[in-house]
Amino acid sequence: MRTGAPVRAQGPPTAGSIAEVSRPGRSAWSFAPLDVDPVDLPPEHRRALPPGLPEVSELELVRHFTRLSQMNHGVDTGIYPLGSCSMKYNPKLAETAAAMPGFSRLHPLQPDATAQGALELLWRLEGALCELTGMARATLQPPAGACGELTGLLMMRAYHEARGAPRSTVLIPDAAHGTNPASVRMGGFDVVAIPADDRGLVDVEALAKVVDEDVAGLMLTNPNTLGLFERDIATITELVHSAGGLVYYDGANLNAIMGRTRPGDMGFDIVHINTHKTFATPHGGGGPGAGPVGVVEELVPFLPVPRVERGGDGSFRLSEDAPSSIGRMHGFHGNFAVLVRAYAYVFMHGADGLREVSERAVLNANYLAALVRDVFPLAQPNERPMHEFVSTAADLKERTGIRAMDVAKRLIDLGYHPPTVYFPLVVEEALMVEPTETESRETLDAIAAALRQAAEEASSDPDVLHDAPVTTPVRRLDEARAARHLKLRW
Amino acid sequence: MRFAPHTEDDVREMLATIGVASLDDLFEEIPPDLRLGRPLGLPPGVSEEEILDDLADLAGRDRATDRLVCFAGAGAYDHFVPSVVWALAGRSEFFTSYTPYQPELSQGVLQTLFEFQSMVCELTALDVSNASLYDGATALVEAVNMTRSGERSRVLVAGGVDPRLVATLRTYGAGSGYAPEILEAPQGRGGVPADVGPDVAAVIVQHPNVFGVLEDVGGFAAAAHAGGAELVHVFDPTSLGVLAPPGDLGADIAVAEGQSLGNPLNYGGPYLGILAARIGHVRKMPGRIVGETLDVDGDPGYVLTLQAREQHIRREKATSNICTNQTLMAIAATIHLAWLGPTGLTELGQRCAAKAAYAFAALTAVPGVRAAFPGAPFFKEFAIRVPGGAGAVRDALLERGFLGGVPAPWAGPDVLLVAVTERRSRAQIDAFAAALAEVVA
Repeated sequence: MRTGAPVRAQGPPTAGSIAEVSRPGRSAWSFAPLDVDPVDLPPEHRRALPPGLPEVSELELVRHFTRLSQMNHGVDTGIYPLGSCSMKYNPKLAETAAAMPGFSRLHPLQPDATAQGALELLWRLEGALCELTGMARATLQPPAGACGELTGLLMMRAYHEARGAPRSTVLIPDAAHGTNPASVRMGGFDVVAIPADDRGLVDVEALAKVVDEDVAGLMLTNPNTLGLFERDIATITELVHSAGGLVYYDGANLNAIMGRTRPGDMGFDIVHINTHKTFATPHGGGGPGAGPVGVVEELVPFLPVPRVERGGDGSFRLSEDAPSSIGRMHGFHGNFAVLVRAYAYVFMHGADGLREVSERAVLNANYLAALVRDVFPLAQPNERPMHEFVSTAADLKERTGIRAMDVAKRLIDLGYHPPTVYFPLVVEEALMVEPTETESRETLDAIAAALRQAAEEASSDPDVLHDAPVTTPVRRLDEARAARHLKLRW
Repeated sequence: MRFAPHTEDDVREMLATIGVASLDDLFEEIPPDLRLGRPLGLPPGVSEEEILDDLADLAGRDRATDRLVCFAGAGAYDHFVPSVVWALAGRSEFFTSYTPYQPELSQGVLQTLFEFQSMVCELTALDVSNASLYDGATALVEAVNMTRSGERSRVLVAGGVDPRLVATLRTYGAGSGYAPEILEAPQGRGGVPADVGPDVAAVIVQHPNVFGVLEDVGGFAAAAHAGGAELVHVFDPTSLGVLAPPGDLGADIAVAEGQSLGNPLNYGGPYLGILAARIGHVRKMPGRIVGETLDVDGDPGYVLTLQAREQHIRREKATSNICTNQTLMAIAATIHLAWLGPTGLTELGQRCAAKAAYAFAALTAVPGVRAAFPGAPFFKEFAIRVPGGAGAVRDALLERGFLGGVPAPWAGPDVLLVAVTERRSRAQIDAFAAALAEVVA
C-alpha cells in the first residue's frame, strides 16, 4: 500500500513560533490617516509598556499561518472518521451565504425592522428543526451542543420548580459523552449513571429501579454512543414520564435517523442538535458550533430569550416577553453565521435530501464495519450499528500487545486520519468509527485496507506500529510531560 | 443538491457486502410504530443557485452596516478586518478540521492556539489563557465559576457592567446556585463595595464599562482582595494598546468579548470568549488549553493539556461542560493581533479614542443633547441624553442612513450609547451630528 500521512513535514525549514519571526520595528498594519485631533487618555489609565505582540511583515504573517495550516488535517484533506463527530463535507456554498453583507455586517442590536431577513431565516430554520425532531418550538441561541444541554437542563429545572416540586437527580447512561454529566452538574443536579445491558442498550429493568420522584429527567442519545438504536425507547420514555420526569435527547447522533424517525415521536421532551455534525457547519479546529434546542409544547414557556416571534402583520421581532423563561444563554442571539450555514444545508437538501443523508451515513458505516469486523470485532457483535460503529482492539492487544492508539498512529502513516480511540470509556480499546455519508466507497475500501494492514502488522511487524507516526511534522508527543512541565505561552 | 457520492451500483454492492437486501433493512431496528411513515414536512431539495438566491433574498431584506453608517456598539463593534485574517483563517485545513484529538495531524491548530494563548497573556499581563470560550458573556460565567467554592459563593457586580452580561450570569447562576448582586454606580461608574465579606467569591468590574466609561479597576481590586475575594475584570481587547492591562490593575481573572479581533458583526455570533488568569488558577480554568511538549525524538510540539480538568475525563467533576469552543475565531484573532503588532494595536486604540472624543464634542454640541455622565473619562463609546427618547431618535436616524447607537433603557429612557471605532471618518461624524441635530430639533 502506498503510504504517507495526510499531513506531512514539508516546505523549507522555518522558525518555530511567530514570536521568533518578530523583529522590532517591522509591521503589517495600515490605517487611514487620523483626521481628528489626537487625545490623551488620563495618565492613571494609560498602559506603560506596549504589549509584547509579534512585529512581522504581512508576507511573513502569511507564510507562517499558511505553513501552520499545512500542518493540519481537515475534511478537505481526507476522510476524518472520528466517531461521534460526523465530520462530513462542509459545502462551500454555505460560506458564500454566510459572507453576504446583509448577514455578516448586521449588528446584533440593530432594530428588528432593519433585520427582517435575518429574523425570517431564524424563524424558518426553527420551524424546520422542529419538524425534523418533532418538537413544538426551539431556541437557536446556544452556541454549541454542550451549551444546548445546559439550556435543556435549566429548562428541566425551571419546569419542576414551576410545578412546585423541585427534583435533584438526572439519569445518564454510563457510556454517555462527558458533556452530559458535566452539564448536569452545571444545571444544579446530581448524576445517576444507568448501566447498559448485554446488548449495549439501556438496561430497562435497572432503569425502572432508579426512576423515582426525585428524578428530574433522563438524558439519552439515540442511536446511542455505541451507534445502536435503543429499541425500547418508547418504554424508556414512558417509564420516566410516569414518574413525572422529562426525557432529553442529545442530538449527537441525529445524522442516523433524519426522515426515518423523530425524537418527539419516541417520547423525548427536549432535543438539542449539533449543527457542525448533522448540518455540516465547519468545525474550525474546535469550534464554532451551534446547539439549537427544541422542546415540546409544555416546555415552551421556559425557552431562553430573546426569541424570534412573528407578528400579525407577518413581520418578525426579537421578544423578551416570556416571564417563565430561563433567561439568556449567550451574550447576543447565538452563533448566527453558523445558523446561516445550517439553514443553507437544511433547505438545500430538503425533505428527500435529509432522508438520503441518513440513509447513506448508515450505509457507509455498516459497509465499513462489514469490511473490518473480522479483525476489529464490534463491541456488540450481535447488534446492527447505525451511522457509526464501535470496534475493539482488545483481542489484538491480548495477542500482540498492540493497542488501539498504536493502530491509530499507524493509520496516520498509511495516509488516513484515525477514528476516535478510547471512547466510549465503557469499551476496552475502543475504536469508534463514523465515516459519514459523503465518503465514497473507494475511500471506505482504502481505509478498510489500511486498518486490516495495521492489524496484520501487529503480528508481523509490530515496531512499525510502535514507532508510528514517522511521516508527520512531529511524532508521538509526550502528553504527561506537557501536564507536568506546564508551558502554556511563549 | 446532494453530496453523497454513491452510484446505484455502489449502493447495491455495498448492501450485498453488508448482507442486507435494501436500505430499509438497515433501519429495521427502529420499531415500526416509531417510524415516521411520511415525508418530512419540508420543501424538496434545491440546487446551489436556488438556495443562494433564497439566501440573497433574505440578506437583501436586512439593512446592515454596509448600508448604514454604524455608531452602534454595546459589546459588538464595527472594526476593520484586514483581508489577511480570513484569507488565512479561512484555509480549509483550519476551517474543516475538528478539535485536535490527534496532535500529530493537528499541529497547525495547536500551535496557532498556543500563539493565541501567548498573545492574550501579553495583552492582559496575566499568566495563562485558555483556547477560547463561546463569547464575552459566557466567558464571564466561566470566570465566576472559577472563583466560587464552599462558603465563598456571592457574586458582586459593579453597576457599570453590561446588563446583557448580568442577564447571562443570572441564567447560569440559577443552575450553579447564585444570583448576581448589582452594586450602585453613581454617575455611570464606580460603586466600589465598602465591605467585601468572607462569603463573597468574586467582584466583577467592566472597564471600559457599558457606558464606555473608564473605571477604577485598582479600587475594585483592592476592595475585593481586602475581603479575600477575586477581582474579575471584563476588558476590551482593542483598548489594551493604550489602557493599562488587567494584570497591572490587580485583576485575578480577565475576560473579554473578542469579536473586535478579526470577526465580522455577524448579527451577534460567532464571537470569541477570551479568558486569562493568574497561574494559580490554571487547574480551575475551563475548556481547552494547549501546552508545548516534546515528541519521541525530542522535537518540540503541541498538545491539549491539563485534560484532567475537562468533561471528557472528569465528567461531572469537570471545571466546565464546554467541549466545542470558538477555535476558528481564536485563529482569526491571532492573525489579526499579529497583523496589528504592538504599534498597530496602540494606533488602533489611539484612533478609537480620538474619534470618540471628537464625536462626543460634536454630538454634545447639538442643542438639547447632553452628556449622560459629564466629565467621566471614556475610551471608544459614550452615553448621551437625547430629547424625545433614545429609541425614537435612533429610529429617526435610521431614515438618514445612520445606525445611531444603542438605547440604554436601564439608565434612562433618553440614554443612547454611541460607539466610534477607527473606521468612522471625521466627515461621517460631522454628518451624524448634523442628522442628530435635525432629528432632535
